[in-house]
Amino acid sequence: MTALSAPRAMPSRLLRALLDRWLVLVVLVAAWEAAARSAGDVYFPPPSTIAERMRRLWFSGPASHLFLTGEATGNILPSLGRMAVALAISAAAGVALGMALGRSPRAHAYLNPVFEFARSIPPPTLVPLLMALFTLGTPMQIASIVLSALWPVLINTADGARTVDEQQIQTARVFRLTAAQRLRLVIFPAALPKIFAGLRLSLSLSLILMVFAELLPGTDNGIGFELTDAQSRSDLPTVWAVIVLLGILGYLLNAALTALERRVLAWHFAARRLPG
Amino acid sequence: MLRIDGLSHRYGEHAVLDDMTLEVAEGELVSIVGPSGCGKSTLLRCIAGLISPTSGRVTLDGTPVDGVPDGLAVVFQDYSRSLLPWLTVRDNVALPLRRRGKSKAERRAAADEALASVGLPDAGRKYPWQLSGGMQQRVSIARALAYRPSLLLMDEPFGSVDAQTREDLEDLVLRVHRTGGMTILLVTHDIDESVYVGDRVVVLGRNPGHIRAEIDVTLPPERDQIATRADAEFVRLRAEVGRLVRGAASGPVAA
Ligand SMILES: Nc1ncnc2c1ncn2[C@@H]1O[C@H](COP(=O)(O)OP(=O)(O)OP(=O)(O)O)[C@@H](O)[C@H]1O
Ligand SMILES: [Mg+2]
Repeated sequence: MTALSAPRAMPSRLLRALLDRWLVLVVLVAAWEAAARSAGDVYFPPPSTIAERMRRLWFSGPASHLFLTGEATGNILPSLGRMAVALAISAAAGVALGMALGRSPRAHAYLNPVFEFARSIPPPTLVPLLMALFTLGTPMQIASIVLSALWPVLINTADGARTVDEQQIQTARVFRLTAAQRLRLVIFPAALPKIFAGLRLSLSLSLILMVFAELLPGTDNGIGFELTDAQSRSDLPTVWAVIVLLGILGYLLNAALTALERRVLAWHFAARRLPG
Repeated sequence: MLRIDGLSHRYGEHAVLDDMTLEVAEGELVSIVGPSGCGKSTLLRCIAGLISPTSGRVTLDGTPVDGVPDGLAVVFQDYSRSLLPWLTVRDNVALPLRRRGKSKAERRAAADEALASVGLPDAGRKYPWQLSGGMQQRVSIARALAYRPSLLLMDEPFGSVDAQTREDLEDLVLRVHRTGGMTILLVTHDIDESVYVGDRVVVLGRNPGHIRAEIDVTLPPERDQIATRADAEFVRLRAEVGRLVRGAASGPVAA
């Protein structure tokens, strides 16, 4: 579908835009390096030390393991796995509940106060409750991520489902689509741009909560665990390495979601680019 | 087939339709003309069961309309918003056929045939927003035709197409009307068009919308863009409809 591809920006302009973006980062890192070296403070190791620590900790494994060390597969992968499961649960439950909430005034009337209440509770305060409800370790970690990541998807989906163009609803009614067809072919696609907006928020929340959940008792691996562990050993380069790793992960995950969104919502972006 | 009895509708305090009574026989093609804002779209929405009138009722084949009846299709005035931008043109046209338990191949074939009939044989794989307004309007006509309704409501269906295409589409409507035997209500602003396609012309007045006159089109059923429009009877009818519409536009007149 060539017609759906993004309009080609002038290649040189694209290159320049990319360069500009990375240039700022490069300059910042260089400045950081210089400042950290001249200060010589153990709490602020220079980026080169952090990078070296990251390499040694995680990326100096055998080629057969994609250069990942045991430390990497033992901490990063479990974290990402829990986050993925939690995000999937949040997305599925958020979309399902959001659709119900958005399309049914009655469900909205009954459930909205409950949700508004639930989502304004700061997740850390729920820890005692979660500890009582779920097995320590992975189940509880997943539960605490879900409890935060659920709301943005849910509220945005409800909003998207509630604000479907009335003309599209009438079209579905005139041609007598079944309730299931109406949901699948009209309301869900119409709400999809807002669902993605919610997913984006949920994604960054779940990264934060992933780390937070690994600070809870009952944790014996994960990125957050590595962080507290390094902290207790006053191993500052590792602490910094974890922080940078989280930044990189956040960036990559968001980029992946954006790429997915561009694909799934190609019609949306293309239709919006046109005047009128 | 279709009976409208003492139909009135108000949006809040704003009275839009006032005590309309109209009967349409099976297989009839009725043109509805009237000034802008007189309630034509509202009337069609009441007939389609999309809104329930404040008072009065609509009966279709003896059954009161309550919700959208089966076998009814609408070509909406706001055609571009009624096409779904996430579906291809073909899927848009095939959309209503999902309810009919047809296989994918059958739906596809029906959609392609309908698209060809409105002069868009190659648009199936495009998306609606890649088409011009006039082409989108034809897609929404194709969607209604592919559905093979027994009652077809068209709300200013040719507003955005060029004159040549408009004539072709008028003839298409006459053809499907004759061969498919469907009952058609066609709302238009164009006085010539109302006479050219109609078996009967209903002229609406406004403030609030009411039926001002019904005129039988005493022309032979076979119409021809050149010959019919030159016909003395056609000229007389369009003058009569024109007078009524202009009168209607200038405000309520004692009926
Ligand atoms: N959903 C609505 N809520 C409130 N008022 C409405 C609504 N829809 C239409 N109206 C009002 O009802 C009147 C009739 O509208 P309608 O769309 O039926 O007219 P129309 O004859 O189809 O006009 P046009 O020829 O411009 O399409 C107008 O005054 C309009 O402002
Ligand atoms: Mg209208």
